[in-house]
Amino acid sequence: MKDFEIQDIEVDLLVEALYRRHGYDFRNYARASLKRRVADLAPAFGCATVSELIPRVLHDPELGRQIVPKLSVPVTDMFRDPPVFLSLRRRVLPLLASYPRLNIWQAGCASGEEVYSLAILLREEGLSERAHIYATDINDVALARAEEGVFPLRLLKDFSTNYLKAGGQHSLSHYYHAQYDHARLDPSLRENITFARHNLASDGVFCEAHLILCRNVLIYFDHVLQNRALRLFHDSLVRQGFMCLGNRESLQFSEVVEDFAVTDHEHRIFRKRLLGEPTP
Amino acid sequence: MTGGPWDAVVMGCSAGGLEVLRAILPRLPTGFPLPVVVVAHTSADTGNLLAELLDHCCALPVAVAEDKAPMNGGAIHVAPPGYHLLIERDLTFALSLDAKVCNVRPAIDVLFVSAAEAFSGRLIGVLLTGANEDGRAGLASIKALGGLTIAQDPDTAVAETMPRSAIDAGVVDHVLAPSAIAGFLLANANSR
Ligand SMILES: C[S@@+](CC[C@H](N)C(=O)[O-])C[C@H]1O[C@@H](n2cnc3c(N)ncnc32)[C@H](O)[C@@H]1O
Repeated sequence: MKDFEIQDIEVDLLVEALYRRHGYDFRNYARASLKRRVADLAPAFGCATVSELIPRVLHDPELGRQIVPKLSVPVTDMFRDPPVFLSLRRRVLPLLASYPRLNIWQAGCASGEEVYSLAILLREEGLSERAHIYATDINDVALARAEEGVFPLRLLKDFSTNYLKAGGQHSLSHYYHAQYDHARLDPSLRENITFARHNLASDGVFCEAHLILCRNVLIYFDHVLQNRALRLFHDSLVRQGFMCLGNRESLQFSEVVEDFAVTDHEHRIFRKRLLGEPTP
Repeated sequence: MTGGPWDAVVMGCSAGGLEVLRAILPRLPTGFPLPVVVVAHTSADTGNLLAELLDHCCALPVAVAEDKAPMNGGAIHVAPPGYHLLIERDLTFALSLDAKVCNVRPAIDVLFVSAAEAFSGRLIGVLLTGANEDGRAGLASIKALGGLTIAQDPDTAVAETMPRSAIDAGVVDHVLAPSAIAGFLLANANSR
């Protein structure tokens, strides 16, 4: 047997141990990138191999909580892919403006940069009074950072450029205070955001959403888990609700491709199809 | 001449890469049997530009690899700027935003290692011009699993660090000028 095949067994065993001992389910994550992250875990916990880490996963009640943030990838930016936010501003929010109350679910919010981007968008489009954003993730460390709303100042230059490209009506500095080397976002942006832990691999519907943003999360899932998450989004959306995926994610290889209409192909914005609505 | 049969070609380049890709890929004719997968270090905001440029001058279709899409023989698949590109065991593409490797994303190492495993060594790895050491570890994985490895002749490279570091590490089977690489791929692809 080749070394890489032995490492594959180690990954399987570790994932099984994490699931059965700690309840975190990574069994249906896309394997190739998961394998790289699992391989990085061993040295991070002072182990020579992944196998050496397994007894600790089984016998240390705290280890699950420590490992999950290292297996999740909380990489994000404010207004990442600005044209997507411009499209949400121009094509989606005007249609949502007819609802008296709005729920928006951002799944996989990482450290919150996109949530605040959305909150700014809603304010500028005059919808923040009636909108509520649910921002969820499995990574507690990232969620805590998101709730704080404080980001390193050096990142704000790129964020500001993105904001303007996304059709921003002011300068981004309108929404934050610089303190030493960090930027504290205007706390009032947080008033209509709820941060919560929610696992797309194991948890269910928790709100009726008018818009779901889940960008760059499905790439971490295999076919089975991707379909589970997409069904969950479908079940959570109101009639003709909107869903926005990452720039390189599509429904093409999923089971729900017929259940959504394409609103903006380039920016991966979809709309829940009405029952009986003809497919293209 | 060198073993095989081979099931795929993976290729990586950095500084000076576009010109070299333009010297190699247009020479692969329609009907080339293997999938070709390319990682080029470009900045994250260049969108589909590289794929579009190459598509204009190649006989084979060129497109940005989509998450979960199968890889096709006789097509050139390019990593999307800003994302690592990996190959799963079922020979579909996977993307990730995991940390940069060798300071870059997409990283050549990430593609090469996952491809070496997915094809269990039945592949050809090609490392071209570049100014960092990305690709060396990936080429080593390909070679260790029995794959065929090629580096661009450093004397012909705009930036020689990348091919040179792989050659010095002893993981390169053939050192070739860009003008010879397409012919070499054709000869080996058809030997299956
Ligand atoms: C690359 S980040 C995407 C952040 C942001 N949406 C963006 O595109 O900029 C992926 C996030 O997905 C989260 N994630 C991974 N698996 C998850 C799951 N099963 N349920 C919920 N979130 C998950 C990770 O913790 C991480 O924060």
